[in-house]
Amino acid sequence: MKEKTSSKTSSIFQRKILLESFKGSFTRLNPLRLIKNPVMFVVEIGSVITTVLTVYNLISGSNFVFSLQITIWLWFTVIFANFAEAIAESQGKARAESLRKTRNEVIARKITGKGQVEEVAAPTLVKGDTVLVEEGEIIPSDGDIVEGTSLVDESAITGESAPVIRESGGDKCGVTGGTKVLSGTIKIQITVETGQSFLDSMINMVESAKREKTPNEKALEILLVGLTALFIIVVITLPAFAGYMGITISIPVLVALLVCLMPTTIGALLPAIGIAGMDRLLQHNVVALSGRAVEAAGDVDVVLLDKTGTITLGNRMATEFIPADSVKLEDLVWASLISSLADETPEGRSIVKLAKKELNVRGRDIKPPKKSLFVPFTPESRMSGIDTVSNKIRKGSADAIREFVKTLDKTMPEKMKKVVEDVSIKGDTPLVVANENGVMGVIRLKDIVKKGIKAKLQLLRRMGIKSIMITGDNPLTAASIAAEAGVDDFSAQAKPETKLEMIRKYQSYEQQHLVAMIGDGTNDAPALAQADVAVAMSAGTSAAREAANMVDLDSSPSKLLDIVEIGKEILITRGALTTFSIATDVAKYFAIIPAVFAVAYPELGILNIMGLSTPASAVLSAVIFNAIIIPLLIPLALRGVKFRSTSSVSELLGLNLLIYGVGGLIVPFVAIKLIDILITFLGLGG
Amino acid sequence: MDANGLIYFILFLLVAVLLAWPLGRYMARVFMGEKTFMTPLVRPVEKFVYRLCDVDETEEMTWKGYAKALIIFNILAILFVFIIQIVQGFLPLNPEGFPGVRWDTALNTAISFVTNTNWQTYAGERTMSYLTQMIGLAVQNFLSAAVGMAAALVLIRGFTRKNTDKLGNFWVDITRMVLYVLLPLSVIFAILLISQGVIQTFDPYVTAHTIEGTNQTIPMGPVASQEAIKLLGSNGGGFFNVNSAHPFENPNGFTNLLETLAILIIPMALVFTFGYLIKNIKQGLAIFAVMMILLVTGLGVAAWSESHPNPVIEKMGVAGENMEGKEVRLGTANSVLWGTLTTIVSNGGVNSMFDSAMPLTGMIYMFNMGTGEVIFGGVGVGLVGMLFYIILTMFIAGLMIGRTPEFLGKKLGPREMILAIIPLIITPATILVLSALAISSPEGLAGLNNPSTHGLSEILYAFCSTVGNNGSAFAGLSANTVFYNLTGGLAMLVGRFATIIPAIAIAGALAEKGKVPLSSSSFPTTGPLFVILVVAVVVIIGALTFFPVFALGPGLEHLFLQAGKIFS
Amino acid sequence: MKTLKNAVMVFAVFTLLLGVVYPVAVTAVAQLAFPHQANGDLIVENGAIVGSELVGQNFTGPQYFHGRPSVIDYNSTTSSGSNLGPTNQKLIDEVSQRIHEIKQEEGLNSSATVPSDMVLSSASGLEPYISLDSAMIQVPRIAKARGINEAEVVKIVNENEEHSIGSSTTVVNVLKLNLALNNLK
Repeated sequence: MKEKTSSKTSSIFQRKILLESFKGSFTRLNPLRLIKNPVMFVVEIGSVITTVLTVYNLISGSNFVFSLQITIWLWFTVIFANFAEAIAESQGKARAESLRKTRNEVIARKITGKGQVEEVAAPTLVKGDTVLVEEGEIIPSDGDIVEGTSLVDESAITGESAPVIRESGGDKCGVTGGTKVLSGTIKIQITVETGQSFLDSMINMVESAKREKTPNEKALEILLVGLTALFIIVVITLPAFAGYMGITISIPVLVALLVCLMPTTIGALLPAIGIAGMDRLLQHNVVALSGRAVEAAGDVDVVLLDKTGTITLGNRMATEFIPADSVKLEDLVWASLISSLADETPEGRSIVKLAKKELNVRGRDIKPPKKSLFVPFTPESRMSGIDTVSNKIRKGSADAIREFVKTLDKTMPEKMKKVVEDVSIKGDTPLVVANENGVMGVIRLKDIVKKGIKAKLQLLRRMGIKSIMITGDNPLTAASIAAEAGVDDFSAQAKPETKLEMIRKYQSYEQQHLVAMIGDGTNDAPALAQADVAVAMSAGTSAAREAANMVDLDSSPSKLLDIVEIGKEILITRGALTTFSIATDVAKYFAIIPAVFAVAYPELGILNIMGLSTPASAVLSAVIFNAIIIPLLIPLALRGVKFRSTSSVSELLGLNLLIYGVGGLIVPFVAIKLIDILITFLGLGG
Repeated sequence: MDANGLIYFILFLLVAVLLAWPLGRYMARVFMGEKTFMTPLVRPVEKFVYRLCDVDETEEMTWKGYAKALIIFNILAILFVFIIQIVQGFLPLNPEGFPGVRWDTALNTAISFVTNTNWQTYAGERTMSYLTQMIGLAVQNFLSAAVGMAAALVLIRGFTRKNTDKLGNFWVDITRMVLYVLLPLSVIFAILLISQGVIQTFDPYVTAHTIEGTNQTIPMGPVASQEAIKLLGSNGGGFFNVNSAHPFENPNGFTNLLETLAILIIPMALVFTFGYLIKNIKQGLAIFAVMMILLVTGLGVAAWSESHPNPVIEKMGVAGENMEGKEVRLGTANSVLWGTLTTIVSNGGVNSMFDSAMPLTGMIYMFNMGTGEVIFGGVGVGLVGMLFYIILTMFIAGLMIGRTPEFLGKKLGPREMILAIIPLIITPATILVLSALAISSPEGLAGLNNPSTHGLSEILYAFCSTVGNNGSAFAGLSANTVFYNLTGGLAMLVGRFATIIPAIAIAGALAEKGKVPLSSSSFPTTGPLFVILVVAVVVIIGALTFFPVFALGPGLEHLFLQAGKIFS
Repeated sequence: MKTLKNAVMVFAVFTLLLGVVYPVAVTAVAQLAFPHQANGDLIVENGAIVGSELVGQNFTGPQYFHGRPSVIDYNSTTSSGSNLGPTNQKLIDEVSQRIHEIKQEEGLNSSATVPSDMVLSSASGLEPYISLDSAMIQVPRIAKARGINEAEVVKIVNENEEHSIGSSTTVVNVLKLNLALNNLK
């Protein structure tokens, strides 16, 4: 489903992206801009040198065909590199652009201080404004719903066509600018300043100018610059040694050798890899608010997961009614049913559903007794129920009900105590039902573990990531769920501040873990701010979103796993292409060195193991290979090297080394030979 | 060389490991300040040194403080050794009445001995007074080794410590190195060598009346005491011009065995010391494996190359191996073993003349030095260099498994990268730049003793050796000129301090960090994949740097020789 | 300033310890325990030093075993090798000259092979040994010059065979051989 959507999206953008990227490939030739990529900058300098020489040869009437060919391919090398960066950038940019356009066209209906409605352009909204959005309208900016419930189509941002419910109060009040209200009328309080909306940060992120390099990227660039410097020295000193041996090497050949040795493949694709990584996150409907966070995601080794919604379906379901000795089952069921009718929590609804099934009254509309009064759940009482004319029915935790019956001078029967214990031991939640006559029985609420979560957690473990379940449940329940889902550890009876404490503990000097968490509620904000990778659900509160460094547009708690994977893929792609780039040098040496030396010393023809036809064709073949490998690898750079789930890290490394290291050694030998055959056939090899 | 030679290599390496392992353990205890069997004997001396020198044993230095102490100590040493050479004519203990040494030679020599290179552009017996030899040069054999060791020690502390800026006390480190390790071992080795015929006397030269009725002047001197530390401390500066090929420095196969062991033992022990200090002996073994693979491979190629006679001379009706520049009492196997060890370990002592070795043998020696002498390597600095390569390897490996690179629980960021890359790039770059300068200038070419490709090798070898702080030479090159004294001096300084200072700085950066716990997602750095990867990185970086010059120098010479081409 | 003071003091203390105390102490032990070895394994015949067992001598007479080629002619105060590379014309010329001389001296026919240590110069120029093969090709000349049986010379050679650790080449000490020859009478 997701795949299909993204491929559809990209086909819409395809033509525009290509056009834009071609243009970008040339505008990026500006040295002031290219200097940010030192490797390609050196290639450009080399290209300029050979260009000048070619022109000089042309004017002076000497043979310029060879140097012209070298020159052309060197320029191609630079342009291909630019193209890679441009195409990566324009993918995200195109999406952001269309969003920006949408937003700018939106007319917002602002509610002024006097309660009147005023029509203003969306970009003029400031934090604190309240706007009215009706059915079929576009939400002008990010905010929290302060009034109403609506069905929102977020496909404009996420590409996901299934609409989502957003409602005031609670943890699903957040809406994003650019999304469309399908039904309902809502009042939204804008929570961001002009230019700082979610859309704006998306746009910023994909514009490379504002993209800061991550530490890993910097370190890799230092390595690449170091290698480049070393190869410059190798090439610059070579004429001295060759001269001593009576060999002159022409400048185009020297430049060609330098460019071939330099890590141009990775140098060309490095910017694209980072940008494409962001874009891939976007395809997973995650917006990273900093590049650093994406890479940190690859390093995360502890993940805090909320039990509810992530590990379990989130809703405990009633599965059994267990009456007390003196109570008939039907009475218990009936009492449970009417006391839950007004209970809109998933648990309440599941009780209703099960009760109706038990009483065989499915589908019938059950109305509560007349003149009865619902007692809603409060954190203080920790019970809910109904006061009918004749009785008071309460359901709640064993502790709460014990308190309740105590006020009636009753006690919890021993049998019920045991039932409560048994249910708890099995990891389920006992909900005790009582009325003024005492405890009526227990409803077993079962927490349903999500399908597939076990496999995902196993994958995490293989990545070396420890998963920790956070739950407000009692330790028994927590342990049972933890065992069923296969988490490594859990924290039971967690309070809002537990998460923050846990994160601090894992991040401490002694432990030095990198912690990721996903959160939605306002009380998650401090923990989100503390976590290394903090994913806020887009449906969450704005406080949570502000504290996070990534936002998940799907509000899917298991998204963390995708994020970790993408973070790793970015690093793997960099490592793989670096290895490949360096490995290909071996073949290029074997192409160029004999070409340069064997004319004077036929003995060194032994190094021409590829049997390339002429010195000129050998040098050209190496340069051509060096150039065209860049566009050939652009898809890989954009897609990323897949994170394979192997049984061990060594196996993963071994596999990648085999493909990109050993492959990098072998592929160019074959490719350069083929290119040599081709250009000899075309008569370009002088 | 035959099968016996191979068996000898294997036995030799076995003996070396059996000696190095316990020595490594002992050194680890010394450096942790733990009690050893030497403590009762040495501790009072150690304390006395601290009291005399006003060193507070418990005071630790930051990386900057440590580097400052090291640099000041080295500048002081260079100045002292330089001045004593210049003014030796006015000083006592100069029976031959040598005048002050020429300034450029004196400068080169001062740098040479302080940087643990022991590159000698002069003929010692005709240039240096006894006083200069004793309190100038010989002392540096100990101190430069101790300084190299200190660098390794600090880097190890960088990995083992966390959340601190304290990296130990430089004075304490070098004092312990000298008193607990270098001095006792030197005494043992010196006495063993003397028992086998290495001379040790302050008597004047002896004149012999030969049975053919001529006179022969036989030189004397305190050779054994210098021989021991020259080899143990990866120094290599010989008492005699031909170094350990001289019968008084290396009279027979047994002394040769002792001396080759002395070359290897401390650098090899340090790898085990590393394992003990980081409390992960398996890691030490993994690095040991990397070095052993590189050693055995290089030794294998050199032995193969040297076991073939010079084809041109063979055709002239000469039977047997290439004995030019070799001692027949030692033989080819001992010569190749020594040559390999002295170049991997940055020792620089020789028992045969490398200039006359077969071309590919020379290439292996240059490769050993050109990659930074990280195969066991010079005392201390070899391990440091290997750790630079490992940082580089772990960086790429980390990326390939999708994690921020780390090694021994330390995350490797841009700062570590830049500090590891500097020595890895600067040292080979300096070799190439200075060699290119020499080979394209009349001053450089003037020193050549051999034509064509071999001349290129002579120059290349000189800078591989000086930058690598090795000190051995393709000795035909006449290097006692202003040009070579200055370029060589520069090369030695760069090679030494572009390694040691980044090592201390990295240690500073690492010690400040916390330690990341190992998890199943960390790449296991003790397994075979790690070993293969590090070996590959060392070989590939070396090969990519030197491919063109090796092709033009020793490579082409080998091909010439096979084709029977000779140059005049 | 503290650092500089420490540096000067540590430097001074170690200069004294390592530059003076260490060599003097080792020399003292050497002279007490191994006086013969420590003083150069000198060979004394009839109260006169005839040489060191370890330092090669330049024998030229036909009645003596000759040592390996030495670029310094066994001038023991300036040890040196030739440092000629394997592709150097000079090396080839010198070797071919030596082959010529040896074949003439030892009366070998032109197709005979010569042991390499006899025509290739040693590293030190002071090599006291030659290979067994090199000794053997000299036997006929020496026997002839001394007017003795070749078997007697061969016997002396065999008695003086030495083996080195790590080398499978059997070697003989030239000075010892020649002393043994002189002692035949």
